[in-house]
Amino acid sequence: MTTNVSRKVRHPLLRLSSVFAGERWRLVLAALLGALAIGSSIGLLGTSSWLISRASQRPPVLELGVAIVIVRTCGLGRGIFRYLERLVGHDAALRGLVDLRVRVYARLADIAPAGLSGYRRGDLLARLVGDVDAGLDLPLRIWLPAVSGLVAAIGTVAIIAVILPAAGLLLAVLLLLGGTAVPGLTALTAARAERRVAPDQGALAAAVVDALAGSADLVAFGSVPRAVAGVEQTDARLTAAARRSALGTGLGAGLNGLLLAVAVVGSLALGITAVGDGRIQGVYLAVLALVPLAAWETVNGLPAAALAVSRVGAAAGRVFQVIDAPIPVPEPDFAEVLAPGPRAVELRNVAARWDPAGPLTISAIDLLLPPGHRVVVTGPSGAGKSTLAAVLVRFLPYSGSFTIDGTQADRLASDDVRRVIGLCAQDSHVFDSTLEENLRLARRDATAEEIADVLDRARLGDWVAGLPEGLATTVGAHGARLSGGQRQRLAVARALLADVAVLVLDEPTEHLEPTTAAELMADLLVATSGRTTVIVTHRLMGLGEVDEVLVLSEGKVLERGTPKDLRDSNGWYATRLAREEDQERLDMVSR
Amino acid sequence: MKPLDLRLLQYARATRGFIVALVFLGVTTAFLVIAQATLMADVITRVFVSSASLSAVRGELWLLAVVLGTRALIAWGNEVLAHRAAAAAKSQLRVALVEHSLKLGPAWLAGARPGDLAVLSTSGVAALDAYFSRYLPQLVLAAIVPLTIGLVVIVHDVLAAIIIGFTAPLIPVFMILIGRFTQSRVERQWRTMGVLSGHFLDIVSGLPTLKIFGRAKAQLTNIRDVGEHYRRATLGVLRVSFLSALVLELLSTIAVALVAVSIGLRLVGGHLSLRTGLLVLILTPEVYLPIRLVGTHFHAAADGVGAAEAVFAVLEIPLPNNGTRTDLPDLRHTTIQLRGLGVRYEGRPALTPGNLTADIAPGRVVALVGPSGEGKSSVLSVLLGFVRPATGQVLLAGPDGTTVDLAEVDPDVWRSRIGYVGQVPHLFAGTVADNVRVGKPDASDETVAEVLRAAGLDVDPSTPLGETGSGLSAGQRRRVAIARALVRNAALLLLDEPTAALDGISEEIVIDAVSAARSRGTTVILVAHRPTLVALADVVIPVSAISDPITIEEFAGASS
Repeated sequence: MTTNVSRKVRHPLLRLSSVFAGERWRLVLAALLGALAIGSSIGLLGTSSWLISRASQRPPVLELGVAIVIVRTCGLGRGIFRYLERLVGHDAALRGLVDLRVRVYARLADIAPAGLSGYRRGDLLARLVGDVDAGLDLPLRIWLPAVSGLVAAIGTVAIIAVILPAAGLLLAVLLLLGGTAVPGLTALTAARAERRVAPDQGALAAAVVDALAGSADLVAFGSVPRAVAGVEQTDARLTAAARRSALGTGLGAGLNGLLLAVAVVGSLALGITAVGDGRIQGVYLAVLALVPLAAWETVNGLPAAALAVSRVGAAAGRVFQVIDAPIPVPEPDFAEVLAPGPRAVELRNVAARWDPAGPLTISAIDLLLPPGHRVVVTGPSGAGKSTLAAVLVRFLPYSGSFTIDGTQADRLASDDVRRVIGLCAQDSHVFDSTLEENLRLARRDATAEEIADVLDRARLGDWVAGLPEGLATTVGAHGARLSGGQRQRLAVARALLADVAVLVLDEPTEHLEPTTAAELMADLLVATSGRTTVIVTHRLMGLGEVDEVLVLSEGKVLERGTPKDLRDSNGWYATRLAREEDQERLDMVSR
Repeated sequence: MKPLDLRLLQYARATRGFIVALVFLGVTTAFLVIAQATLMADVITRVFVSSASLSAVRGELWLLAVVLGTRALIAWGNEVLAHRAAAAAKSQLRVALVEHSLKLGPAWLAGARPGDLAVLSTSGVAALDAYFSRYLPQLVLAAIVPLTIGLVVIVHDVLAAIIIGFTAPLIPVFMILIGRFTQSRVERQWRTMGVLSGHFLDIVSGLPTLKIFGRAKAQLTNIRDVGEHYRRATLGVLRVSFLSALVLELLSTIAVALVAVSIGLRLVGGHLSLRTGLLVLILTPEVYLPIRLVGTHFHAAADGVGAAEAVFAVLEIPLPNNGTRTDLPDLRHTTIQLRGLGVRYEGRPALTPGNLTADIAPGRVVALVGPSGEGKSSVLSVLLGFVRPATGQVLLAGPDGTTVDLAEVDPDVWRSRIGYVGQVPHLFAGTVADNVRVGKPDASDETVAEVLRAAGLDVDPSTPLGETGSGLSAGQRRRVAIARALVRNAALLLLDEPTAALDGISEEIVIDAVSAARSRGTTVILVAHRPTLVALADVVIPVSAISDPITIEEFAGASS
């Protein structure tokens, strides 16, 4: 436990660093290549200026030979070293990322879906995936520029110091300022600008969404000009704030320019004095003056690196938040194993909640599911229907008693529970793959006949048979190439293929046109006859032949009984069913 | 990507002044670079060749300090200007985008996903910052500085000018060639990478489903394999796309090396002065620097250009040609005639409604009934001018026998006579009274209170409403929307009953609204789902879809 606590205190960037520890030699190589690339530029200008100064004294050409070779090598080396640095660096970073991604996935697999409820919106999940990818920037945008710049700067300072110690010292001090104070200041001003602009940015986004979401009412009431004026007003505040903070943005570039000015003029002055004193030869004066022009490349990338620190740190923080998240449904230390049997499921006084600190979503639920029993669970939205479904497949912890063949479900491995109780969820995911692979997810070793059989039972058989590519047809991301009805039917076929003893269908007809919904429900009743089934739905028509109906309201059982009993009782079920039937009649009349 | 999309100058006027300023700063920079090189070459030569002392060159050193300091100032000013211009340009694009989207109307917005547009108009256009602060200034510099410096080099050293003249233009040429040569390969690889990164998101989104089927842990190896694949594919792309950077750097540094060696050899031969040699050596890298930086910032800028292009794509959708007639008959005595009305939505094989003909007499309560999805709400959309009918027309038959085609009428004038309550009316941020006044901006406090009472709502008009009207119950929000429609005292009230609200509250609210309107002599057109509401109506008009011969032909044509 103590290690856990101390790990949480560590800065996310440090923890992210450990992900790339295995790639340290590749990263060192990349940093050296980067230093050589920068060094080549500096060497090119430095050697050239010596070469030209010396040449003007008209020595024998042979004496210039070494310098000429160095100049040419540096000229060639610059591009090549840079190219290699980038390849080696990216290779190392991408290798490290593979491990990070696996770690994140492993944790997500443990906590899904209850621990992911904060990520219910797809864009948040996409952001998490993006945050993992942002880990690349730690080595690429922060470490490599910093380390290769530092190495090149040390080498440059050393060489200049050999020529003239005072000039070396001057360059060292100025580069140190350019490498620390300037990036620090840049990051500070950027953070300040961000803080200043952020509230207006939020207000503007809200104003735009408000106007666009209410477009029908705005247009109908002739209020478009007023709404646009409102957006303009908010926008003007944001723009004014952005303009005010613009003064700080160029600070890094400006300060580095000033430091460079001091370096060039200072080195020249020191060099001129030293030449006058006879401490250095005149040929080195051009070297002292020109090297700073190239040397600023060692620190020029650092303001961007400083900006990346806060961005990458925030992304890493979000990633480690997931990795540190508590597991909502812990596995038992010693899992019991179910003997073969008919699989009777019993819930007595079961309560559960999504948020461990929040109020109970369902409580005092009793539900007996002897083999072959079919139950409809209904009630107004928010009554806890889907929560009950989640408890049944061990996506949520429960209190009370939930047994399978007499064994408490929390004493079984959750995967074993799900081998007995299957779920066709409301948002059952269709993977961006083929129809067949989506189906085989349920059972790898299913035969072609079994697949054909479940497709028929979900009434997809004829459709699939009519497809040019049949089962090999790809379905697109989130099943985008299927209609809503086909997606639901595919999910149902997959759930049937899993061939579990107890099948939970959570709103199988949600988001479908009324006629399609009625057809699918009728097909489902045929397909599940004889199997223990829990149908969670808010549509009640056509469900008269199930064994029991449970009406939930605010997490508790409001009504229960056979469909016939409830229909005669004049309660929620009866009112609701009558309303649906009225609706149906009205539609029939107007047709 | 074009170097500079001229539409930016058109839609974001702030860009114009910025580019003028950049040209000015670019020319100044070019002269400063030349001055800097001249001063440095002078000072070094005088000290080295003529053994001048520090005090003898003090003047030049001060001048050099001023020149370098000014360059620093320009670098800072460039960024400040860029961020200010970017802020102004973003604001102009944003407002234009919102205004144009609203003018295109709710039917267009329904297909365009308002959320995406909101993101585009805020964080999307933020990508223009890099375009303005990094790319555009370098582009202007690349157009001015190399040529200016090149001229100076020609004057001093023709041979060096020839080397530069051969290599510098090669950079863009090679980059374009390499770009062309590798484009298909890079594109193919990017596609693979897109598939791979989408794959990870797909697996993570599908985790609950994987767990249901006991396949979650099995995906771990898959994730690792995909990651390895991703890495190899990415490196494949990078190996190629870094090539252009390699060429850029190679050409520019090799050119400097060639110039330096050639100067050195000619100095030995005594064909060149040291001052000229140093001058050219200092100038040569400055020729390549802006060209190199354009290449470096090209990709960062592409995001900004992409966002701007997405904005332009919306701005260039033409607005519908609206009618202009403003001489409407008095609606209190006008019959609205629907004649063979049909509405077509893209991708649907039916007209919803199809061929609807009906008369709506003034002062009557009319219920539109029919199965969902067959066009009841579309009739209201046509009456509001949100969509154009594919077939038929809406005629306004005045008491004197004249008829006016609704398509010829100025929609703003027409809508000013209508009160509307949609299925999911939107309440705006503000107070209850603010929202009522959307219907009539100059309504007095008494009027607001009165219509709120008529709509059956007993809340303080100054109650604030948060995002999407939080703070009130669903029923209360609906009553605010009804008050908003009633406050206009319009001759025609369009009411769309929510299909989803099966909770019983909506029924009562609509009944209240209809009776409030009836007592004012208002014509009411009501989309009804419930028998009790149908019973309120004087007239019932059944609405149904018919299969659309045109779209069916298209389908047939597409499949054959």
